[in-house]
Amino acid sequence: MDSIYHKRHIGAQELTGPILIVEGVENVGFGELVLIEQGDINRLGRVLEVAGNRAVCQVFAGTSGIDREKVRIRFTGSPMTLPVSEEMIGRVFDGLGRPIDGCGEVIGEEERDVNGNPLNPDAREYPRENILTGISAIDGLTTLIRGQKLPIFSGAGLPHNEIAAQVVNQARISKEEDFIIIFAAMGIKADDADFFMRRFEEGGALSRLVTFINLADSPSVERLITPRCALTAAEYLAFDKGNHVLVIMTDLTNYCEALREVASAMGEVPSRKGYPGYLYSDLATLYERTGRVKGREGSITQIPILTMPNDDITHPIPDLTGYITEGQIVLSRELYQKGIYPPIDIMSSLSRLMKDGIGEGRTRKDHPDLYSQLYASYSRVQRVRSLASIIGEDELSEVDRNYLKFGKDFEGKFLNQDKTESRSIEETLNRGWEVLMNLPESELVRLSKEEIEEYRSK
Amino acid sequence: MGEGVLYRISGPIVVSRKTSGLKMNEEVRIGDEELIGEVIEINGEEAVIQVYEETTGISPGTRVSGTGNPISVELGPGLIGCTFDGIQRPLVVIRKEQGIFIKRGLNPKPLSRDREWEVDIHLKKDDLVVPNTIIGEVEETSLIRHRILIPPGVYGKVLEIIELPGYRVEDTICIIEDKEGERREVKLFHTWPVRKKRPFIERLPHEEILFTGQRVIDSIFPLAKGGVAAIPGGFGTGKTVTQHALAKWADADIIIYIGCGERGNEMAQVLEEFPKLKDPRSGKSLMERTILIANTSNMPVTARESSIYTGITMAEYFRDMGYDVALMADSTSRWAEALREISGRMEEMPAERGYPAYLGSRLAGFYERGGRVKVTEDRIGSVSVIGAVSPPGGDFSEPVTSHTKRFVRTFWVLDKDLAYARHYPAISWTNSYSGYFEEIAKWWEAKDIPIRSLRIRVMETLTVETHLRQIVQMVGEGALPEKERLTLKEAELIREGFLQQNALSPVDAYCSPEKQYRMLKIILDFGERARDLLERGLPLFKIIELPIFSELKRMGVEIENKEIDKFDKLAERVEKEFETLKEEYG
Repeated sequence: MDSIYHKRHIGAQELTGPILIVEGVENVGFGELVLIEQGDINRLGRVLEVAGNRAVCQVFAGTSGIDREKVRIRFTGSPMTLPVSEEMIGRVFDGLGRPIDGCGEVIGEEERDVNGNPLNPDAREYPRENILTGISAIDGLTTLIRGQKLPIFSGAGLPHNEIAAQVVNQARISKEEDFIIIFAAMGIKADDADFFMRRFEEGGALSRLVTFINLADSPSVERLITPRCALTAAEYLAFDKGNHVLVIMTDLTNYCEALREVASAMGEVPSRKGYPGYLYSDLATLYERTGRVKGREGSITQIPILTMPNDDITHPIPDLTGYITEGQIVLSRELYQKGIYPPIDIMSSLSRLMKDGIGEGRTRKDHPDLYSQLYASYSRVQRVRSLASIIGEDELSEVDRNYLKFGKDFEGKFLNQDKTESRSIEETLNRGWEVLMNLPESELVRLSKEEIEEYRSK
Repeated sequence: MGEGVLYRISGPIVVSRKTSGLKMNEEVRIGDEELIGEVIEINGEEAVIQVYEETTGISPGTRVSGTGNPISVELGPGLIGCTFDGIQRPLVVIRKEQGIFIKRGLNPKPLSRDREWEVDIHLKKDDLVVPNTIIGEVEETSLIRHRILIPPGVYGKVLEIIELPGYRVEDTICIIEDKEGERREVKLFHTWPVRKKRPFIERLPHEEILFTGQRVIDSIFPLAKGGVAAIPGGFGTGKTVTQHALAKWADADIIIYIGCGERGNEMAQVLEEFPKLKDPRSGKSLMERTILIANTSNMPVTARESSIYTGITMAEYFRDMGYDVALMADSTSRWAEALREISGRMEEMPAERGYPAYLGSRLAGFYERGGRVKVTEDRIGSVSVIGAVSPPGGDFSEPVTSHTKRFVRTFWVLDKDLAYARHYPAISWTNSYSGYFEEIAKWWEAKDIPIRSLRIRVMETLTVETHLRQIVQMVGEGALPEKERLTLKEAELIREGFLQQNALSPVDAYCSPEKQYRMLKIILDFGERARDLLERGLPLFKIIELPIFSELKRMGVEIENKEIDKFDKLAERVEKEFETLKEEYG
């Protein structure tokens, strides 16, 4: 072993939070993996900065218990890697990619740098195939596309986990083929992790699941590696082995907190709300590991979940995320309190890639216009509601009262569904038509006369 | 050549010590892998270098060697139709050599060294030349004749023309004796530092519209050829869709599209869609006049910073040939964030919201490179710049948006509420403006289109509508007098029938000047007739019930640009329906 770990050092200069500083080292590379050993302590770390013979290392499990004089530091000369193989499917790993299910090590076909490399934009294929989830609000109005990154913006206490689990259990590629699911948990409660496992088991997903778990009480800095391990596995399974991979990452807010913790321990100049100035670039190195590649079978689709602090969508985490991801599914506390599940706030949700994945030959011919009409009408509902709250419902014009009726039906019959109910796209679209029939035809300007006729005749 | 030894490495910013002979902004190579870097600060024997590639694994002690030249781009035939990264590396070549991921340490030349070009030579021996004199022309694509220019700074006389059946970019095409009597070999290509603007004789006033086929832009908030515009909008308001539409339809000769820190899938869409799209005037593929720069958000932040300079330098080069170039940068906020990130890593004192104090001057330096200029005594070219701005949290008071406002004359604000209601393009009529309208009105008037009066009426109606909507919010539409309710309906027609434009409809995506005029005219005409009937005591609902009312909202997607005569029929129908109404009510 010693021959591989050619740069060894005993004793650290400084220890602060997750940071360990070593002096008197030579030839240490930026970003390389370090092993920190002391008695029965065995921890991993990463070089964050080298300056002359001084190296600043980030210790994933923190520096607690480390003795400045006794600690042995080994520099491995290479960045952190993950052994990848198809054997990973069905296995459970910790936040650093080490197996914790008691089934032994994974024999990797290859060791991959967890940081990955950017996909060449020229090698990408624009994603067009939809993923039907059986959830009306998603399939009908924010259609998920294979190769898309579509985050769920949620708030504390909202049912984002249920929605994510429902998507995993109901999404199918075809009758014969299923997605490989990669589940990366970052700093979530043990309860939530158990919930996911239970739901995955119920949905029969365990045999095609790869899990990376960093719980709320696991070392927080380890979280910075967890999504990178998950995405390294995803890239291998998708682009090398031709699988369609669905990656669920939760909770990105915890990831960003960990990033802030390290940045402040390093004494970096903070940017918005104390997050480091490179938060955008850093998040991009996660979210952008998604997509389809020309001439390759597989795909990576990401559903990152993040809880917006104080339900504030302008907070740096959702804000920067929204600029990288292709849309967002926003959950609404108001709908949730009305008892609507899934409480998806249609007005602020969006799927940027859906326009090419719907319509004739993909979902149904009337889908694009129906989608546009539902949005336009529901947006009018919001205005009518605020008007009604001032002047009272009785004073509204007849058309406006129709809108209120439509709004109620839209939420109750279209959005609302059971946590295990899987609706076909036909049913979703038909429900859309059904609720629109509350409105007079003159209000349906986004639909053509022929479409209205065709639906009426059914 | 200058050199140094790396001392500190922390991400993309590295520090070298014991440096000597390195110049500010000089391109350097680092280590055996020859990573590309640029000197951005010199302090005694210490130099701060930004590295355009991933620095993982690089250790102190690594050698830094200077190249003697500032970071530059290659300018010559073979640029059109290519996709480059932020420092002009051809992505197609990288993909062929490295596969689907971009790894570091590969620096292929931007221009192909093997491809031969046939040159139609214009000069002969003893001709006098100045910078930008045309040596000859190459048919680079079927749309673009690439003019081989005497590089800036070269004045003199042609000593010799070297005639070849085909030239590679490194072949010498002519030899010039310059003013000092020195022989200078001119090749098909030359290099130019990205951070330095290319010289010209003088700036000229704006005269012509950059016609985009987008109604709300051309008729209401136009941009001049050589003008600068910004499109601010929070996420999901359709910035990218608007930028794409402009890249597709703007009547510039050359389009340079910079995907600066944007999404990979969006770039993939551009790369896939543009070659298939036809230029509306020539019928040729759009790629025959387009250069793409793709530096997605996960590619090195330093290359993102330089991508807009790479783009604008190429734009100036084609301007110097006498072309009208339109440059789109999506998004300048991502660029400003790159600046902030680099500044933060250099531990500079931050100004507003963590951005460096020089943000404003850097932005000015970029936008001021746009303009309509006299290149030589008999040649005019222009660079129009359209920068997208993504204000965090949709807050327009943030530094990038507010600084940008100081340097642009057209400001297309994308409105969140419009986008939510799927009103696209979501360009707000209350906050947007164009400082070029007066200069450009002449262009419309030359087509016998009285754009000033039309625009005034549109803006009037929309402004009154905004006021009325506030009242309606409180008392309901029913409480308004009929006359004002008609204004609401007129505004509705303008919004849904004219301002909204469906980028996905092949009929509506591009709207010719004539069609824009006819649409506006028929809508305003409808309003006038309705007002007249209302004054005669006819109830408003009768007018709104006219089938033509909802039909006018669909004319954009139903009448093609070449079927202008259909508007005559439509106008007749408006007249007829109103006449019938009038008769019914006496």
